[in-house]
Amino acid sequence: MFDSLSEKLESIFNKLKSRGFLKEEDVDVALKEIRLALLEADVNYKVVKEFIEQVRQRAIGKEVLESLSPGQQVIKIVHDTLCETLGGQSSRIQLAANPPTVIMMTGLQGSGKTTTSAKLARIFRKEGRRPLLVAADLQRPAAIDQLITLGKQLDIPVFSNKDTKDPVFLSTEALKQAKIDGRDIVIIDTAGRLHIDEDLMNQLQRIKDSVKPHEVLLVADAMTGQDAVNMAKTFNERIGIDGIILTKMDGDARGGAALSIRHVTGKPIKYIGVGEKIDALEQFYPDRIATRILGMGDVLTLIEKAQQSFDAKEAEKLQKKLIEEEFTFEDLRDQLKKIRSMGTIESLLSMIPGMNKAIKDVKVDEKEFVKIEAIINSMTKQERANPNILNGSRRRRIAMGSGTSVADINRLMKQYLEMKKMLKMFKGGKKGFRLPKDFSFFQ
Amino acid sequence: MGFFERLKSGIAKTKQNLIQKVENVFQQKRIDESSADEIEEILISADFGAQSATEIVELLKEKIRAGEIKTLDNLKAFLRQEMSRMLGHSQPIVFFGERPFVILTVGVNGAGKTTTIGKLASRFVSEGYSVLIGAADTFRAAAIEQLETWAKRAGADIIMHKSGSDPAAVAYDTVEAAKHRGIDVVIIDTAGRLQTKTPLMEELKKIHRVIKKSFNDAPQEILLVLDATTGQNAISQARLFNDAVGITGIALTKLDGTAKGGIVFAIKRELGIPVRLIGIGEGIDDLKDFNPEEFVKALFD
Repeated sequence: MFDSLSEKLESIFNKLKSRGFLKEEDVDVALKEIRLALLEADVNYKVVKEFIEQVRQRAIGKEVLESLSPGQQVIKIVHDTLCETLGGQSSRIQLAANPPTVIMMTGLQGSGKTTTSAKLARIFRKEGRRPLLVAADLQRPAAIDQLITLGKQLDIPVFSNKDTKDPVFLSTEALKQAKIDGRDIVIIDTAGRLHIDEDLMNQLQRIKDSVKPHEVLLVADAMTGQDAVNMAKTFNERIGIDGIILTKMDGDARGGAALSIRHVTGKPIKYIGVGEKIDALEQFYPDRIATRILGMGDVLTLIEKAQQSFDAKEAEKLQKKLIEEEFTFEDLRDQLKKIRSMGTIESLLSMIPGMNKAIKDVKVDEKEFVKIEAIINSMTKQERANPNILNGSRRRRIAMGSGTSVADINRLMKQYLEMKKMLKMFKGGKKGFRLPKDFSFFQ
Repeated sequence: MGFFERLKSGIAKTKQNLIQKVENVFQQKRIDESSADEIEEILISADFGAQSATEIVELLKEKIRAGEIKTLDNLKAFLRQEMSRMLGHSQPIVFFGERPFVILTVGVNGAGKTTTIGKLASRFVSEGYSVLIGAADTFRAAAIEQLETWAKRAGADIIMHKSGSDPAAVAYDTVEAAKHRGIDVVIIDTAGRLQTKTPLMEELKKIHRVIKKSFNDAPQEILLVLDATTGQNAISQARLFNDAVGITGIALTKLDGTAKGGIVFAIKRELGIPVRLIGIGEGIDDLKDFNPEEFVKALFD
């Protein structure tokens, strides 16, 4: 996400960095390039205009720190302005004082409402709440089935009624049911509609009037072009939205829509969709995204992700094992599973500063990880616990069982031994390395 | 309502946005080089893309300097001529070679592939062709059911496996079945995928390979379905899908809702891939052959 914009700004700033000090004409050159970059990133041209003006005023004004180089100064100003445009602080969904909290999902066709509804329900359940999904998209064929399927996957109930064509009636019924069943969150998935479709916009208004949602969320595609502004503005003026969820942020869309929508509605972006998997919905942190636009990587998100997947107790157990050098294939398999559950390796790598550029042409083969897992799965318990017993015939058997070759197994063995050697150094042997307190395999 | 009227009403928003803005800006003003910058802004606001816009504007500046463009009418004529030139001639889907004519549809999530297939199938059926649809989007929940509903509406047959099964196998079975049944047209749906996801693009390549295995001439048409509200990312989509399987045409959907349409120009300029179809409404017959002349004409009349 934002990759291309990051690259662009990076190249501009590299030019600036190489000069001794910043002249006014340099600022103008930079701003011209930033303008172009933002336009190519689909930021609305009016928003770009205001943004550039803001940056110009600040760059020429007093906000200049002595400790920074001129290039860094511009980066800082652009970064700060970006943060402000994107919304300063991260914002969460407000829960109602009297449950259930009713959330209404709105947006254009194909923006990702149904998938996002399910993802959102999953997050609430994870927080210990009892969500109910409501299939109020009665327009698109099989939209109800889609939500029911997702509900089944998550084991979250879905309120639906294939006999009615009236989403207003259905939503009110769903709300009644939620109260009876003691559901504290109700997420209503409405049909996708064009903002210029009067009839459907009126219908949305009627749903809103009848269920009185606490949160109306606009689900918007991160790849949207200049029209994002009109769409967001109309939804906000006609229906009144409380927040935005930006989807498909895992692609290479430059995501200028984020800036535009935020700017014209003044409403916070609350979540971003970052993948097809049901857990690929993340909180939106304006400062991090701004940092990312500037090519500094999104280290914070990465760390948080890692923390979520690694249970603290398990980490402690693992640490002990590492110290005692008992790190077995069983542990390696667990670690791999956890890393993979955090997303694709590529998406993880892209969050590390500097990696954006480095891995641009590198394709991480996810299959390699599948292979390693298959190999470990084909070992006996004894072999996993004590890899030293892996002789030639055992290796041949494992290769056959996992559909790999003996060479693959040899390679894995070598990697494993190297890993162990590294751990030995950490243990504080001859070289005096000491294991940091919060050490985990991930680092 | 005839086709031309429908197209006109479908892209009324584009017209309103683009042409009327031009008129409003220049109604009272003298046309000079600074006018060109305002034109650039208008073009960019229509998703033309900075490069396409700059290209037009540079040319415009030249003409203004040379004194060739003095009035609003001159300016409109110039824009009309330039836009027509950029888009080239109409290139609809044409069936050729041995049966079945296989159309593979690809695109990102939510672009409108399944709906487009439904509309396309309905059109071919009404033209008297036998149509077989392959439900190779086995990933998204209820995608198969959605396609099944469309197939019923269109009066086309459908080949489907269980959700979660191998999409390449579905594609293969569909083409095999079409060969045996003597079907005219095969349309294969695929799961939406972001163009940057390497494993998913590999899967798409596999689907493509496997179709070839069943029938070497196929797929004769590889249609990229693009959402018209998409900004400049559409170019990345076209480029990367083209790298993976070789796009032969584009179906531009949701052109009725967006106030833009400029991406049509950017794609043609950057990649030369023709736009074959446009979706201009929700109805089953609201998928039309893209006609550049009429498209530009509708903008100006």
